[in-house]
Amino acid sequence: MKSDPRGVLTGVHYIDGDHAACEGALAAGCRYVAGYPITPSTEVVERFAMRIPHIGGIFMQMEDEIASSIALQGAVWGGAKAMTVTSGPGFSLMMEHIGLAVMTETPCVFVNVQRGGPSTGLPTLPAQSDMMQARWGSHGDYEIIALSPNSSQECFDLMITAFNLSERFRVPVMFMMDECVGHMTEKVVIPEADKIEIFERKYTKKKPSEYKPYEPVKDLIPEMAEIGKGYKFHITGLTHDERGYPAMNEENQHKLVSRLMDKIRNYKKEIIMIEEDGLNNADVAVVSYGITSRIAEKAMIDARKMGIKVGKARLKTIWPFADEYINTLSKKVKAIVVPELNAGQIVREVERAARGNCNIISVPHFGGTVHKPEVILAAIKEGAQSGNNR
Amino acid sequence: MEESKRNKCSSDAKTTSPKPKEKVCFQTERCKGCGFCIEFCPVKVLEFSKDYNKKGYHYPVAVNACKCIGCNMCGMYCPDFAIWGEKNSDKNKE
Amino acid sequence: METTDKHPLNNAFLNALDKSPMDKNKIAIVSGIGCTGRVAGYVNLDSFHTTHGRALPFAEGLKAASPDTKVVVFTGDGDLMSIGGNHFIHAGRKNMDLMVICVNNLNYAMTGGQVSATTPQRAITATAPYGSFCEPFNLPFLAETVGAVYVARWTVYHVREMQKAMSEALNKKGFSFIEIMSPCPTLFERRNKMGSALTRMKFYKENTKVENNADTRNTKISLNDPFTVGKFVDIEGKKTYLEAMNSYYDEAFQSDDEYMRYRGLAQKNYEEGCLND
Repeated sequence: MKSDPRGVLTGVHYIDGDHAACEGALAAGCRYVAGYPITPSTEVVERFAMRIPHIGGIFMQMEDEIASSIALQGAVWGGAKAMTVTSGPGFSLMMEHIGLAVMTETPCVFVNVQRGGPSTGLPTLPAQSDMMQARWGSHGDYEIIALSPNSSQECFDLMITAFNLSERFRVPVMFMMDECVGHMTEKVVIPEADKIEIFERKYTKKKPSEYKPYEPVKDLIPEMAEIGKGYKFHITGLTHDERGYPAMNEENQHKLVSRLMDKIRNYKKEIIMIEEDGLNNADVAVVSYGITSRIAEKAMIDARKMGIKVGKARLKTIWPFADEYINTLSKKVKAIVVPELNAGQIVREVERAARGNCNIISVPHFGGTVHKPEVILAAIKEGAQSGNNR
Repeated sequence: MEESKRNKCSSDAKTTSPKPKEKVCFQTERCKGCGFCIEFCPVKVLEFSKDYNKKGYHYPVAVNACKCIGCNMCGMYCPDFAIWGEKNSDKNKE
Repeated sequence: METTDKHPLNNAFLNALDKSPMDKNKIAIVSGIGCTGRVAGYVNLDSFHTTHGRALPFAEGLKAASPDTKVVVFTGDGDLMSIGGNHFIHAGRKNMDLMVICVNNLNYAMTGGQVSATTPQRAITATAPYGSFCEPFNLPFLAETVGAVYVARWTVYHVREMQKAMSEALNKKGFSFIEIMSPCPTLFERRNKMGSALTRMKFYKENTKVENNADTRNTKISLNDPFTVGKFVDIEGKKTYLEAMNSYYDEAFQSDDEYMRYRGLAQKNYEEGCLND
């Protein structure tokens, strides 16, 4: 299906990441946002509130992030494509409802424009320290999808992907921006509506008597039913069977949780997006994401001038993690450098996936600013001097 | 339980008359013996049984079934959908 | 009643629903967690069993996206007024078009009888073993204060009145609130030596004063004193959240060709604007 032209602001714009993310959501068909103001994410909902009366949707400012994160799920079951937008402290409040969205298989998007933490931390300054929280923040075993853009243009493009993935896999998608990406103003090209592919929600066409809300139809994913059409479906956060009714025992728990995880794990190839450059014959690979990838770019240019063979693998999809990709990469290079605006979160995943095949160099930074390129350059140099593992 | 009262009308509405106008119906296995129906029946049709149901509770029986006016007060009070009154008019049958 | 094939489910809500001319497909039940949480699973309607305290915001989103659905929230005193108190006051303030039924058993019963926001002073609960010393909420007063258009309180003894209140609320536009006092015989009544469920029902019969339009400041509930029941508030003509938004925007954007009046987001509306290939 193509995008609804009413939501697509075709043209060349000079806007920041927050605004671009909002335009991406509108282009993706998002017509409901529940939000609560929090720096540095507020511009997303501000723009949405301004635009939406002209598009035919609704913005609801809720009393807190807890309410926002569940109001959007109500809206999804009412027929909307919906998202909520927040930053660290609000994201922490939303955790329970990420679990609910996973359990009830509610397609929706959670945007987190990351700031420094813990607690109130650095409201106006960047960090990437919620990456693990996005994956593990809610209790229980589950899989979600998390994407991380590194430019205003990508805030637009990847947001459409985020909505499409959420509808395709019926899973909440975490859209992990950071303050720098959110507030950096750049050129954004918005294509015409008929150039934008939208994944349409698959409502069941079965008769109500034959429909089971959690019976996997294709790719382990069940079909949704429209409200008010006589399906009389039941949705619960309790462990449930295919009929959607509570069925709390070991057998159903195993069946349900494994399906919820497998529907993501088995389709990693479809979900994982990595931008790579110069990895052929590279001695050192820089694995980065979000704003840090752009600082790493400068460090890589400098390193190449010094004759170091360095390539990049930029993770656009953070979760599910690209285990196999990193494992293959780790067999080709001497070292993998992982700069990130946190104490070292994704580097743990890289270490796990590399299984000791090469030297892993973490370049932590607690946020507040981005890395200095020299720091990443030093790590690349250190990596180039690693013992040859081949 | 005075025998005289019990004799006034049979304890089983279904057997008193082939087409009773109003009757009280039971799902005794659902009963947990709270006694709401017995207490609040406006015409005092019900009393506790001497028997137990499978859960081990005394359940209501219609000792004055012929008095039943089918008001369904018992059904409104019952927390367990174990009892209800019916008005068996010809209209309902259609 | 289509909620069951074999047995008439004879409680007040289902009776009210049964008697209502509404299309049953257009009624959705939302519940949270607690003794009332499972109500959503007991009815053959579109039903949503959500998280603890958050039934209201879920219902707000549902109603906003699907305005032609009548959304009924079944909740308890712990769910609605303790953990979900913030959502309650804001849903009332915004006059969200929701029907809220709060079953008040004066404690957290499902978790074993702990003190809640409505536990009367001196009442003994699992987490107030020497008695609760805090002033409880007076729910009808709170509901009226935050802007509910319909406020009633009945007990589970008052089945006919309760059913009537539910019928009225089903037909009401705006934030309507019905508090139902209910015994919790296994925990609250037992700990406070109030006797069996039947004793409590008799208490409700003998110690409640029916006073419609009563001043809600005087509808407090204390441990063993008589209390007031009745229909306290019934206001007509107050705009709901969506009505207020639409009428405000109609005026604000009257000369704006681009303005699109909000009509909900059910798939039909959604497709109308899309380029279908």
